[in-house]
Amino acid sequence: MAGATTLNWAAAAHADTAARFETRDATRETPLVKWLVLGLSLTFFAVFLLLPLVAVFVEALRKGWETYWTALAHEDALSAVKLTLTAAIIAVPLNLVFGVCAAWAIAKFEFRGKHFLITLIDLPFSVSPVIAGLVYVLIFGAQGWLGPWLAAHEIKILFAVPGIVLATVFVTFPFVARELIPLMQAQGREEEEAAIVLGANGWQTFWYVTLPNIKWGLLYGVILCNARAMGEFGAVSVVSGHIRGQTNTLPLHVEILYNEYQFAAAFAVASLLAMLALVTLGIKTWVEHRAAHASRDETPPEALQDAAS
Amino acid sequence: MSIQVKDICKQFGDFVALDKVSLDFPTGELVALLGPSGCGKTTLLRIIAGLEQADSGQVLLDGDDASGTHVRERQVGFVFQHYALFRHMTVFDNVAFGMRMKPRPQRPSEKQIRAKVHDLLKLVQLDWLADRFPAQLSGGQRQRIALARALAVEPRVLLLDEPFGALDAKVRKELRRWLRNLHDELHITSIFVTHDQEEALEVADRVVLMNQGHVEQIGTPEEVYRQPATPFVYGFLGSVNLFRGRIDGETVRVGEDVLPHEANELEHGAEVVAFARPHELDVVPDAHSDAGVAARITRILAFGVTARVELDGLNGAGGQHFEVELTRERVAHLNLVEGQSVRLVPSRLKVFERNGTTGASA
Amino acid sequence: MAATRTFRVLPGFHLTLGYTLAYLSLIVLLPLAAVFLKTASLSLAEFWAVVSAPRVVATYKLSFGMSLAAAAINAVFGLMLAWSLVRYTFPGKRLIDALVDLPFALPTAVAGIALTALYAKNGWLGQYLEPLGIQVAFKPQGVLVALVFIGLPFVVRTVQPILEDLDTELEEAAASLGAQRWQIFRHVILPVLLPALLTGFALAFARAVGEYGSVIFIAGNIPMVSEITPLMIITKLEQYDYSGATAIAVVMLLLSFTLLLAINGLQAWTAKRTGRDR
Repeated sequence: MAGATTLNWAAAAHADTAARFETRDATRETPLVKWLVLGLSLTFFAVFLLLPLVAVFVEALRKGWETYWTALAHEDALSAVKLTLTAAIIAVPLNLVFGVCAAWAIAKFEFRGKHFLITLIDLPFSVSPVIAGLVYVLIFGAQGWLGPWLAAHEIKILFAVPGIVLATVFVTFPFVARELIPLMQAQGREEEEAAIVLGANGWQTFWYVTLPNIKWGLLYGVILCNARAMGEFGAVSVVSGHIRGQTNTLPLHVEILYNEYQFAAAFAVASLLAMLALVTLGIKTWVEHRAAHASRDETPPEALQDAAS
Repeated sequence: MSIQVKDICKQFGDFVALDKVSLDFPTGELVALLGPSGCGKTTLLRIIAGLEQADSGQVLLDGDDASGTHVRERQVGFVFQHYALFRHMTVFDNVAFGMRMKPRPQRPSEKQIRAKVHDLLKLVQLDWLADRFPAQLSGGQRQRIALARALAVEPRVLLLDEPFGALDAKVRKELRRWLRNLHDELHITSIFVTHDQEEALEVADRVVLMNQGHVEQIGTPEEVYRQPATPFVYGFLGSVNLFRGRIDGETVRVGEDVLPHEANELEHGAEVVAFARPHELDVVPDAHSDAGVAARITRILAFGVTARVELDGLNGAGGQHFEVELTRERVAHLNLVEGQSVRLVPSRLKVFERNGTTGASA
Repeated sequence: MAATRTFRVLPGFHLTLGYTLAYLSLIVLLPLAAVFLKTASLSLAEFWAVVSAPRVVATYKLSFGMSLAAAAINAVFGLMLAWSLVRYTFPGKRLIDALVDLPFALPTAVAGIALTALYAKNGWLGQYLEPLGIQVAFKPQGVLVALVFIGLPFVVRTVQPILEDLDTELEEAAASLGAQRWQIFRHVILPVLLPALLTGFALAFARAVGEYGSVIFIAGNIPMVSEITPLMIITKLEQYDYSGATAIAVVMLLLSFTLLLAINGLQAWTAKRTGRDR
C-alpha cells in the first residue's frame, strides 16, 4: 500500500506538463476557477504542511542558539543520536539486501502467488507501528514465548538495543523492496538475458547490468528506509522502555523533553530530525530530476538518423 | 555451424506454442522463421538460443545435443527484438561487454578488445558513434549496434528476433539489404524471426513458414511463393483470391458457376477451397459467358504500372470480394467500368480439400 | 506459466525467493502470527469483553471517525493540490512539489509536537482560533488535524501521475462535442481519476487508523473523548494487560488486512482504467 511512497518515474518524463495544459483552450479553466483552486490548495498546503515545518525551527531557536546547542550537546541527546544511528545502520542494510532479493525474484521471474507475495511485503505498511512493537513484546517480553528462556540466559532483547533494532527492521521492512519491484518490473529482463547470452555469469549480470539501471531507485529506497528508521516513534516506543541514555532514540528523546516541558530542547532535537527529512526530500527530488533527464534523453535524435547508411 | 531441431514441443499453460517441430538449418544459410504472431516462431528461436527450454525434443548444434548446454556456453549471438542494449553503457562498452565478461585466462587484453570493437563498429558502419549512449541513437543505429555486440563474442550462429520490427518502413528497407550483404560477407548460419512476408522473401535464402505451433512449409522464397503447400501459406504470402466449392469432374463448382482446374486425385464431390493470385485471374466482360465466376466491378484503381480491379462476387460467390491485377492496356482494351457485371476466369488455380469445415455449399 | 518443468535463464531464482520468504516469515509473518496465537488464550467471551468495553469502543469511534474525516478532507484538497501541481505554473512549484512528501519523511513525533505548538491556546494558529470558539489542541479536532497532516501525500501522490498521464486530446474532444468545462471535469476527467482518488483515500485512511506518534501529543488523550485505538494498546501494555492489548491489536489487524485487500482491489481497478501498471 505504499503506492504513494515510491518514486514517480513517469512524472519525470513530462516535467513540463503544466505548459501542455495551459496552452490549450480546451484544457484551461476560467481565471476565477484557476485562482480559486490554486489559492485553496496552496493555503491548505501552507497551513497543514509548511507551517508545522517552520514551527519546528522557530520553536527550536526561540530561546536562542545557546540553548539550542546545549540541548543538542547534552549527553542524553548524544546517546540518543548514537542509538538512532546504530538502529539505522543495522536495519537499513538488512532491508536493503532483502529488498534487492525480493525485487530480483519478483521482477525477473514468473511464479505462482507473486501478487500475494507483494501484498505480504506491503503488510508492515498497513500495520499500526504500535502493533509492530507489541508483537515483539509478545515474543520476547517477560510473559512472552521466549521471555523465560531469555531471562534464564540473561539475554536482553526487550527494553534494550536488540528490541529497538527489531522493531525498526519491521517498520522499515518494505521500503527498498517497494521501490525496486515496480522499477525492475518495468525494465523487464531483456538486458539481463542479453548479458547472459554474451557470456556473463549471474553476479556479473547483476553487477554490470542490473545494478546500474536501478541505482537511483535503490538510493531513494535506502534514503527513505533510513529516514523512517531514524524517525520511527510508535513501534520503538513500545519496545524501548524509555531508559534515558540507554534505550532512547532521538524521537523518544524528543518526547521525554517535551513531556518535561523543556520545549526549546525538545524542538532543538526535533529540528535535527526535521533536517534529516529535508535532506531525504532533497535527495528524492534530485533522483527524480536525474530520472527525468535520463528519460528525456530516451528520444533518439531522428534528425541525424542513419547518416551512414 | 548447422542447427537441427528434433520433435520440439513447448507449452505455456494450456497454450501449445510448439507441437513436435523438426527442422534443419544448414551451415551458412540465412533462414527466416515466418508466421503470424503467436505461431511459435519466437519461442523456437529462444529455445535454439537456450533462453527457453523445450518440454521435449532436442536441439543439435553441429550434431551435438545442446539441451544440457547453458546459453552462456552455446556460443550463439542473439539480437533481441528491442535490442536490449545496456542503456547505461556507451556503444563501445556495449560491444565490448561480451569480451570483458570472459574468465580472466580467456579474456583478451584491453588493447585487443579495443581493436576488435572498432573493427566491429566499422563492419556495421557506425565507428563514429563509439562514445554515444544507446538513448542517443536512432532505431536503425541501435539495431546495428546490437548486431555488432552479438558478433563480438564470435558466435557460431546468429539469431535475430524480429530484427526490423521496431523500425519505420524506410529504415527497415535499408537495413534489410544491409543485413543480406553482411550475411554474404560473414557467412554465419543465421536465423531471423519475422511476421513480415516481404521481409522474409526478400532477405532469406530459405523460409520456414509456421502456424499454430507447427511448420507449414519450408523452401526458398521462390518455392513458397510459387508453390504454396497449404491453404495457410497461400493465404499468408501475398494477396490471394479464394473460391469455396465442390469438385465436379474436371471442374470446381462454385454455386452454379464452374471453374476449370487441372486434374488431380481429389474425389468427385469433395469440398474444396481454390486459390488464385490477383495476377492469375482474368476478367471476361461477357456476363453471360459460362466460363468462370460471376462478379461485379466495384472499383478500378489504374494509377500504378498495373491496374487493380476490385469486385464483389455474385451468385455462388455472393458476399465475397475479389482482387484482380491487369495491365492498364488490358483494362482499356476491355473497356471495363465500375458497376459492370463480368466473369472471373482463373489462368491458374490451386485447389485444396477443405477439411474440418462443414460442407455448406458456397 | 505453469509449465511442468520450469526453466530459467537468469540465475538466482531459488536463492532470492528463498531468502525473501525466509526473511519475510521471520520478521513479519511469525511475529504477526504471535498476535493471533496470543488472543487464542482468551475465551471468546473474554475477548469480546475487552474489545467491546465502552472506553475501547469510544476509541474506535474516534479513530474511525477522524480517520474517515481526514481522508475525506485530503481527498478534496489533495486532488486540488495535485491538480495545481500538474496543470498550473506558479512560483515555488518545484519546492512545494518536493515538500508534499514531508509527512512521509518527517518523524511522526516531530510532526506531533509541531502541530501541538501551532494549535495550543497560545500557539501561532491557536491564538486566533481560540477567540472564535474553536479549540483544536487536546480535543478530538486535534486528532483530525494530525491525521490530515500525515494523510495528504497519499492522495496527492496517487492522483498526480494519473493527472499527468491524461491526454489533452480527451478534453479537446469533449470540448469539441460541446461540453462545458465543468461537464468535462465531471464526466471525462473525474471518472478517470476516481479509482486513483479512492485508492489515495483508502491509503490515507489506512495510515490514519494506525497512526500514533503525531496524534498523541495533540490529542490530549482524555479517556472516552480523545483517545485513539493505538493508544489503548499502549495503555493496556503499560498495565501489563498483554492479552487485553493483543485483543485490541487483533481488531486493528483485521481492519488493516481488510483495507489492504480493498486497496489492492482499487489499485487493480486503477491499472485497468488507466492502463498503468501499478
